[in-house]
Amino acid sequence: MGDVLAARSQMAVSLGFHILFAVVGIAMPVLMVIAEARWRRTGDAMYLELAKRWAKGTAILFAVGAVSGTVLSFELGLLWPGFMRFAGAIIGMPFSLEGFAFFAEAIFLGVYLYGWSRISARAHIAAGVLVALSGAASALFVVLANAWMNSPAGFQLVNGAPTDVDPVAAMLTPAAFPEVLHMLLAAYAATGFAVAGIHGFMLLRDQRNAFHRRALVVALIVGTPAAILQPLSGDISARYVAQWQPPKLAAMEGQFRTEAGAPLRIGGVPDVAAQRTRWAFEIPHGLSLLAFHDPQAVVRGLDAVPRRDWPPVPVVHIAFQVMVGLGTLLAVVGIWVAIAAWRRTDLAANRWLMRAVVVASPMGFVCIEAGWTVTEVGRQPWVIYGVMRTADAVTPMPGLIVPFVLISALYCFLGVIVAWLLYDLVMRSPIAREGDATISPAAA
Amino acid sequence: MATTIALIALVALNAYVLLAGADFGGGVWDFFATGPRRTEQRALIADAIGPIWEANHVWLILVVVLLFTCFPAAFSGLAIALHIPLTLMLVGIVLRGSAFAFRSYGSTADAPQRRWGRVFAIASVLTPLVLGVCIGAIASGRVGDMLERLDRGAAEASFVSLYVSPWCSPFTIAVGAMALALFAFLAATYLTVEADEAALREDFRRRALWAAAAVFVTAFLALILARSHAPRVSAGLIASVWALPLHVLTGAAAVVAIAALWARHWHLARVAAAAQVSLILWGWAAAQAPYLVPPAFTVANSAAPPRTLELFLWALGVGALLLFPSIAYLFWLFKSAGRNGSAAQESD
Repeated sequence: MGDVLAARSQMAVSLGFHILFAVVGIAMPVLMVIAEARWRRTGDAMYLELAKRWAKGTAILFAVGAVSGTVLSFELGLLWPGFMRFAGAIIGMPFSLEGFAFFAEAIFLGVYLYGWSRISARAHIAAGVLVALSGAASALFVVLANAWMNSPAGFQLVNGAPTDVDPVAAMLTPAAFPEVLHMLLAAYAATGFAVAGIHGFMLLRDQRNAFHRRALVVALIVGTPAAILQPLSGDISARYVAQWQPPKLAAMEGQFRTEAGAPLRIGGVPDVAAQRTRWAFEIPHGLSLLAFHDPQAVVRGLDAVPRRDWPPVPVVHIAFQVMVGLGTLLAVVGIWVAIAAWRRTDLAANRWLMRAVVVASPMGFVCIEAGWTVTEVGRQPWVIYGVMRTADAVTPMPGLIVPFVLISALYCFLGVIVAWLLYDLVMRSPIAREGDATISPAAA
Repeated sequence: MATTIALIALVALNAYVLLAGADFGGGVWDFFATGPRRTEQRALIADAIGPIWEANHVWLILVVVLLFTCFPAAFSGLAIALHIPLTLMLVGIVLRGSAFAFRSYGSTADAPQRRWGRVFAIASVLTPLVLGVCIGAIASGRVGDMLERLDRGAAEASFVSLYVSPWCSPFTIAVGAMALALFAFLAATYLTVEADEAALREDFRRRALWAAAAVFVTAFLALILARSHAPRVSAGLIASVWALPLHVLTGAAAVVAIAALWARHWHLARVAAAAQVSLILWGWAAAQAPYLVPPAFTVANSAAPPRTLELFLWALGVGALLLFPSIAYLFWLFKSAGRNGSAAQESD
């Protein structure tokens, strides 16, 4: 494994690991606050229990998210000093703002977790709301920095160095809005359905458990609207990519040749040597229609750019298929949930719906990983699209496979532990019936 | 403007050292928890750092972000030369934070509690040590030398001479040990204020005094070694105009801290200890000013364009307006006198 590949792999592992926890840090506080608000309004102690348990899970995940985020902020320099030297002054701004948002999140999470009996009801809810808001703000700022890497702006390139730096213009790039919207919706959809799936699974075993019934509803309130809206946001993103990063779109779709009225390929395996995508199900004119809202539009293929500027086509294409496929399924389950809720039927009693929710549970997170693979691998061979190659940004230190293996092993270890802790937390959830005055957790 | 921002970076680093440093120091005392009250000692440490350690940790992120936004050239240089110790420090940070969270919010059974306590404690010892090594390496000028060699194209230089020897020397290790001693000293001193039981307070008083002795020994060692390994800092510490008043102040703070501990004036000891540690940090900064990474990068020659610096200052101002009241609220809630209930139990 060469040094550039090792550095890219380490970055991928670090991002892929961190994103899971970051997403939970964005959406979980919303669930917590809804549960607490319901407890305050109804006096139903089970909502209090729920808010406390979710807060506990959030605390574990947030801590891992905080430290893995620290790792990333260092790795930007440790692995890509060339990139940071060039880009620090241009996109340091959103990172700094993210730092403030993260600060606020850490402060108010401390207040929320340890302040149950120290502050008034209103102050406690307000702390929870601030955690949720600053979580969303963190995501906004970090994704703005990534958007700049995909559509760099806010500077002039003179002899390979940036001049006329304008950090504000660098934050408001064409990719900014589509990426931020897509990421925020993804966070709410993935977390909402992941939590709903866990409680749905428990309800399949014990349908009358009042604790899990409440948890299911709160999780679906957050996850369902986001899952249904996500395909629309995906359309906005795809049209951005079509206009601003044609090679990425071509890789996503396995479109080797430039053509008018390009078909939409579902599935298939791109054969880079033969420059065609095999075994795909093709919908005539579909791609032109989706990407440009015009069935005859010309879609630029990979042949429009030199071979050395191609991203790794099969990875991008397959990741994109996974994201769109699972995202669509998630949206379908979301619509099903919405219809059932609108008809005021008992969700927990609908066993097929519960099974669907359980199956959909991990899909959102798989979509997020696949989606970031599309964004990041699809930008290759550039670290700053069209400006700086990834290979030119890497640190001169040789032997990068060592830190890559070290960080990967560390994260594997932590991942196993976190999964086990969460499993333990769920399995110790209370057995409660409707009408129980208080609940008796098996072991709190 | 660049100088202002460099001073802000120093203030943020100061805050990190005083706050998060004490959290790491708490982990050191968890490691060395002994005697009949070792369980109570560990519980006090967990209570003291539980609500605040994540907020304290963010000061480090602020320093990093500030460096790469406002001094990108210096930041990327440090990241190249200190790749190995910084990676080790990250491993320490990750293990410390997650082990603490696993212990606080995970299973309450005995075995996992002990296991995570162990990881938390060991990582708390490792991280300050490496942080000190990095600061020592910067101060020694060897990091800057290495970067200049790299710029000239040091293709024939060995891996060790480029990526290991700049940070691995008796001097840097002495500075690492000094950082560890300082953090342990801070934590023990703070804990005498936080303990609400006389016997526990005495435990940490004894520990604070031992740590003060360790600070003295390591600082003395670092100073001796600085003459040969970090001549620039050494010269700054001895020759310049402000050297004498600074040394007098640092020494006075140290004497006051130890005397206050001796006489059991806990609050005074806490203030004096914090002042002593801050003065050491500012002494280092003053000794290598105007260099960020001597001799390669000064504050001026590694600064970002003025437009970036200006915007950053604005953002910092607005951020401070929002964050300082929040931090004050957090500390008032969990650290003010009479409010020191056992916070950890409430999170259950």
